[in-house]
Amino acid sequence: MKKYTYTESKDTRSGFGAGLLEAGRKNENVVALCADLIGSLKMEAFIKEFPDRFTQVGIAEANMMGIAAGMTIGGSIPFTGTFANFSTGRVYDQIRQSIAYSGKNVKICASHAGLTLGEDGATHQILEDIGLMKMLPGMTVINPCDYNQTKAATEAIAEFNGPVYLRFGRPVVPIFTAPDQHFEIGKAWMVNEGADVSIFATGHLVWEAILAGEQLAEMGIDAEIINIHTIKPLDEEAILKSVAKTRCVVSAEEHNRLGGLGDSIAQLLITKDPVPMRYVAVNDSFGESGKPAELMKKYGLDAAHIVEAARSVLQAKQKQLANSPQLASL
Amino acid sequence: MTSTKMLSESELEEIAKQVRRDIIRMVHGCQSGHPGGSLGCTDFMVALYFKIMKHDPAFHMDGTGEDLFFLSNGHISPVFYAVLARSGYFDVSELATFRQLNSRVQGHPTTHEGLPGVRMSSGSLGQGLSVAIGAALTKKRKGDQSLVFSLHGDGELQEGQIWEAALFAPAKKVDNLIVTIDVNGQQIDGSTEQVLSLGDLHAKWVAFGWDVLKMDGNKMSEVMATLELAKSRAHNGKPIVILMKTNMGHGVSFMTGSHKWHGAAPNDEQQKQALSELTSTLADY
Repeated sequence: MKKYTYTESKDTRSGFGAGLLEAGRKNENVVALCADLIGSLKMEAFIKEFPDRFTQVGIAEANMMGIAAGMTIGGSIPFTGTFANFSTGRVYDQIRQSIAYSGKNVKICASHAGLTLGEDGATHQILEDIGLMKMLPGMTVINPCDYNQTKAATEAIAEFNGPVYLRFGRPVVPIFTAPDQHFEIGKAWMVNEGADVSIFATGHLVWEAILAGEQLAEMGIDAEIINIHTIKPLDEEAILKSVAKTRCVVSAEEHNRLGGLGDSIAQLLITKDPVPMRYVAVNDSFGESGKPAELMKKYGLDAAHIVEAARSVLQAKQKQLANSPQLASL
Repeated sequence: MTSTKMLSESELEEIAKQVRRDIIRMVHGCQSGHPGGSLGCTDFMVALYFKIMKHDPAFHMDGTGEDLFFLSNGHISPVFYAVLARSGYFDVSELATFRQLNSRVQGHPTTHEGLPGVRMSSGSLGQGLSVAIGAALTKKRKGDQSLVFSLHGDGELQEGQIWEAALFAPAKKVDNLIVTIDVNGQQIDGSTEQVLSLGDLHAKWVAFGWDVLKMDGNKMSEVMATLELAKSRAHNGKPIVILMKTNMGHGVSFMTGSHKWHGAAPNDEQQKQALSELTSTLADY
């Protein structure tokens, strides 16, 4: 198991703020909009440097999505900023018609995604947003894992032509990826090569997968860990290659079990290479108030649950191999 | 070529008659679509595309240096498509494929099929004003002096997003925007008064901070004059809204003034009668 260490923890939303500033410096067409959550989205630096390229829309998310769509006509590259719930569920039809179906170059940037928003509770903790966005034809869906990767992703989507949903979170999480990394949309990142089980994780769960990998290594289990930062388009090649080697899969995400990364992987495998699989995700439930770490534990999203899922799927694999001698010879 | 054509009032009226013939034939051809609002807005749409807007049928999505138009009440696509085709955006023969399989002229406008002249999908109501504001903001940011126009139904004003946008535009001084509301007083389930009264629209838009104009949308001379007046009042710190009184189904006697023709197609006999009332023709598709 490759060793990942960190000296600093930071929120992924701050990575977005830093990336937005850099994207703004590189391209004068990058503009930003916000629905009364400048501080939460960490947009201050961009606004300070480019006051004429920022639009405060007020508490009117539907209007913000429409304005952003219209701004693309004439060449602006708008980045909208609000909480994930108000970036997706609240304005689904606006995104569907005015952005996705219209093929507009809008970057929907969503903070406070998932359970780890914490104390605000279920009304603000959307766990369905990945599903909602990935179902829209032509929408790219990205969920980076730490500060550095979120910054790199933000800069990358400014250079990409098409609608993008960029999802990040509120709590501080370890920074374990390189500050100067190249972010390629749709290209999964190999965190650790292994032979026994494939763990495909996204967002905050990548770090938990690394912790789980260390624990599994102590048990003599060699886990392959891949960071699926882009959920759509899915890096099918990387997933199938890993599965061909390990023959069993765990998916890990801070999202509802229904409609998230796990379902995308399951859909791929069922048609191309069915193998035993377990989901680490919220089991079709709303969240509740609590500290991020408490919620991750209660809703089954921490390293311990990934370890448990890996052991369970390994058992399923062994059983399958025992029942199919021809498979064992593969 | 990007230009405003020098057409007389009677020439515009001739074009409007042909567009109305197109609308009837399109909706009859596929036995579905929305003739009522389309016929009511024909004079406005013809004046806009043949007289008022500076635009280029060669069509560039970005529309830099051109006036832009957004149709928010997308169900009146027949009039939009007919005016675009008659302006040279695409061949008028394509109108015959309206609402049929493999067509670019979908039931409601789409950018997806790449129809020249359409910059935004619409059909789900209430979104077009926000989009028009966004396009106007980019023009302002880029120092582009051209204007943004949009059209909305009065029933559409029941959507909340319209009022988010109505609050935004004056507050942010989006003054390169000319919005028109088709006040025909009808929606699918009946009159707007019965379904959900809009109250005093003039007072509402004034209260939101707009420069408000009114016109009879089925009187070409008044449409031309009011649109020219609106243009002259642009770039003055306030967005402009025109409350346009129209008759649903205008130009066809048996369709006029009834919500029954909001979304119904004429049968063979009704088409014959409608076309006989729209005698003058520039050449059908």
